Amino acid sequence: MQQIVQVGRRGLLHVIAALALLVGVPFAPPVSQAIAADAFKIGLILPLTGPFASTGRQIEAACRLYIDQHGDTVAGRKIELIVKDDTGLAPETTKRIAQDLVVQEKVQVLAGFGLTPLALATAPVATEAKVPMIVMAAATSIIPSRSPFIVRSGFSLPQITGPIADWAAKNKIKRVVTLVTDYGPGLDAEKTFVKRFGEAGGIIVESLRTPLRGPDYGPFLQRVRDAKPDALFVFVPSGEGTAVMKQFADRGLASAGIALIGTGDVVDDDILDAIGAPALGVVTSFHYSAAHPSPENKAYVEAFMKANKGMRPNFHSLGGYDGMNLIYEALKKTNGNSDGEKLVEAMKGLSWVSPRGPMTIDPATRDVIQTVYIRKVEMRDGHYWSIEFDKVDAVKDPGT
Amino acid sequence: MIGNFIGVVFDGVAYGSLLFIISIGLSVTMGLMNFVNLAHGAFAMLGGYACVVAMSRMGVPFLATLPLAFVVSAAVGAVLERLLYRRLYKATHLDQVLFSIGLVFIAIAAATYAFGPQQQPVQLPPFLRGQVHVLGMDLGAYRLFLIAVVIGVTLALTWLIERTRFGAQIRASVDNQQAAAGLGVNVDRVFSLTFALGSGLAGLGGGLGIDVLGLEPTFPLKYMVYFLLVVAVGGAGTITGPLIAALILGVFDVAGKYYVPQVGSFIIYVMMIVMLLLFPRGLVGRRT
Amino acid sequence: MSHPARGPARSVGDPTSEAARSVTGLTTQRWSRYEIVFWLLPVVAFFVFPKYLTLGSQILITGLFALSLDLILGYARILSLGQAAFFGVGAYTAGLMAKYGWTEPLSGLVAAAAVATLVGWITSFLVVRGQDLTRLMVTLGIGLMLYEAANQATSITGGVDGLSGVEMGKLFGVFGFGMDGKTAYVYSLCILFVVFCFLRLVVRSPFGLSLRGIREGERRMPAIGASVPRKLIAVYTMGACVAGIAGALLAQTTQFVGIDTLGFPRSAELMIMLVLGGTGYLYGALIGAALFMIMQDYLSNLNPVYWQFWLGLLLVMIVMFARGGVMGGLITLRQRFGKRLP
Repeated sequence: MQQIVQVGRRGLLHVIAALALLVGVPFAPPVSQAIAADAFKIGLILPLTGPFASTGRQIEAACRLYIDQHGDTVAGRKIELIVKDDTGLAPETTKRIAQDLVVQEKVQVLAGFGLTPLALATAPVATEAKVPMIVMAAATSIIPSRSPFIVRSGFSLPQITGPIADWAAKNKIKRVVTLVTDYGPGLDAEKTFVKRFGEAGGIIVESLRTPLRGPDYGPFLQRVRDAKPDALFVFVPSGEGTAVMKQFADRGLASAGIALIGTGDVVDDDILDAIGAPALGVVTSFHYSAAHPSPENKAYVEAFMKANKGMRPNFHSLGGYDGMNLIYEALKKTNGNSDGEKLVEAMKGLSWVSPRGPMTIDPATRDVIQTVYIRKVEMRDGHYWSIEFDKVDAVKDPGT
Repeated sequence: MIGNFIGVVFDGVAYGSLLFIISIGLSVTMGLMNFVNLAHGAFAMLGGYACVVAMSRMGVPFLATLPLAFVVSAAVGAVLERLLYRRLYKATHLDQVLFSIGLVFIAIAAATYAFGPQQQPVQLPPFLRGQVHVLGMDLGAYRLFLIAVVIGVTLALTWLIERTRFGAQIRASVDNQQAAAGLGVNVDRVFSLTFALGSGLAGLGGGLGIDVLGLEPTFPLKYMVYFLLVVAVGGAGTITGPLIAALILGVFDVAGKYYVPQVGSFIIYVMMIVMLLLFPRGLVGRRT
Repeated sequence: MSHPARGPARSVGDPTSEAARSVTGLTTQRWSRYEIVFWLLPVVAFFVFPKYLTLGSQILITGLFALSLDLILGYARILSLGQAAFFGVGAYTAGLMAKYGWTEPLSGLVAAAAVATLVGWITSFLVVRGQDLTRLMVTLGIGLMLYEAANQATSITGGVDGLSGVEMGKLFGVFGFGMDGKTAYVYSLCILFVVFCFLRLVVRSPFGLSLRGIREGERRMPAIGASVPRKLIAVYTMGACVAGIAGALLAQTTQFVGIDTLGFPRSAELMIMLVLGGTGYLYGALIGAALFMIMQDYLSNLNPVYWQFWLGLLLVMIVMFARGGVMGGLITLRQRFGKRLP
């Protein structure tokens, strides 16, 4: 089964040395491409593989769509997008890629950032290099406070959680059970909901937390059913919503008169059709629905689906699309000057009408101020959509 | 309260059944063929995608896609066994690990390329949705179905391995290849078929699991721990060992999450370590 | 499981060969010129590739981490899928110390090593029982539980959002950890080298030799008067210590600790790197880590979406054409063509 290896120590080390030389080869710098001297480089760092790959794919597609639609030259500067995969798992990888992009590629803007720890680890790079850092997906409140160069184009979790608590309290929902995944964002959502719902006079019957690695939601939903609340508030990582809603329907919670409410990630537009019937009637608060009734959004959804084999744009895509808009508009304001401080200054206070609705960059916090909608899942033309029926204008991140 | 308890046990058994069905193929390849096939989850994923494609693009009903999942995974397993796996039967376990992890990476990239990174839909037929009343209790229809499938698979496998000529050939080939070959057993063919069987079972499990576990390209890595857990605790190479292990782990996991949700996530790991320390060779001793 | 490695220990037979002498402990701890060349490479890289120092320092740290697994897997045949537990413990110890004001790096490193050693020693009693698959799953279980514990203790560890606000002081009060990565690189290289020298001594000591005896046949060892569990506990604890140092280095050089430092993917990836390089040589760990990370960086730059396909293909090819990882393959090559080489 195994050969007896007859090899002297000297021979072995010979081999090591030869190999070490081989290993050194890929260190060679990549062939530098001929790039116009006035190119404006954007380093887009996203999770394009691994468990969060769908986030990265949505954002990348939206950024490319924006460039296609608005041209690749702004204020005399040619925009060049450099896309990197950070796998979404290890913060040190994201930070390293950001450093490499700044040092080697000399990017003028860093963008992307799928998850909170990845953004937090990279924040010092933005500060030290004085490079604007557009956070397109990560949604913890504290992120923009970690560097004066961070500007957020996505959303913050407390921002979109508050309105559903207020709505529930106003709509004859008195007793609620909360069910969140036991990790940072889940706890933030629970905290915001419990606080706002309590202030509005509601009663939290029970707060359940599911393990991060626990694919079966059955037992938790059984507990909810036994507690007989008016509604169940849910926050789970993107993609897990499917399992929750299926179990919710299967266990007859809906027929027991329990409503399902939550933040919009559980009815992510990317997978809403895949969830199908169990999502019907779910009420959520969120900053974007692909069914948002505006001409801007209609054009956006159409163009996006056309360019991506029918993939429906979700909320993450808007983080990318509006992030690009932010960069373009800032560059116009500085007349093509790519100085980091000037760009961030130009971004502060910018307002525009996005496919998601009106939005503004808060000049004080560099966070996004936007309309949050209350929506309900309905079927239209054979597909499932979150249909907006109420809204709260100009919601700021309330902090945690 | 009693009703609750029975409900929890039922859910646990159903969850355990699912763990069993996706892991049993690994017990076959690891125990009978002594091959550490970490790409087991990739075959499960393949079965899952076969189900989804047949259902959503060809309109095949769900129940009919399950045999299809088995066949597709088994066929791909047989081909890969011929081309690649066969050369590694005599390699060290660590080489096998490296090789099968390589296959997992390839499978993940291929699945992303073919189907995109998002979760795949599965629409169960109406009679498998919702709950049914049994003896005054509401039990999930799909969970009852899972349990039924596991009973069927267990009986069929036991019969196959213990009672048929093919089973005798497997056992002979595993115990002593040379002697088996000398007695006229085509060892190569037996190993091919056994590997195909293991892969097919993984595919079946993948198809059955979509509704509960979801299906996306990182599936093989996401659930690798669970496959290994069931096989390690139960004992590779047997059918009853992983079955008992899966049921115990399933029941304790579900009961833990229901009664003490605060520490729910720890229970399955504590159970695993305790059981491994009590039964280091698996609940039912390994053949090797 | 069968022998995971074919180390040079098997080359006993020709009493005049250098390897045989080293195994029997007769040789001096002399460094061959090939080893010296190997260690000159990272020094040369520092000057030749100044833009790749951050990647370089992370390769060095991962190499150190891989050494910790090689020590227990390659030399004592303890299969572990939970090595990240100690990496993470070291990272959090160093990170927390810096966050709460103790920003001197070297003492942070020592403290992290101490805590990781302690955790390693406590858990070692669970690990030395049982055989390969059992150990694999017990170490995995310990790792997963620590991960959950870190996730629950959000107020201390920051949970999944990670521990931020880690600000390191200057090394010796002079060298700051800046964005160019120079300090991080040199610091990591020095620590790696020091630990490597120590491990090189250990595996060639009588203790190291008795470990090899355990690897080759655990049941026979008590017959010659060696206490197997005690030696396994010692080596496992030592492995934990080295992993803790690696984790602390990562925390200090990136000034951030993510919960993924404790995660299963990190342990699994480590196993891949070590097996890729070849177990039981120490150098295999370093080569595997470097090869894996460089390929990952290179391929993901070529194709950020489907690079895993090529990485997977590479792993499959390596196994198909070189059993026993890169080192194993090179040895086979040398055997086949060795006489023609000078």
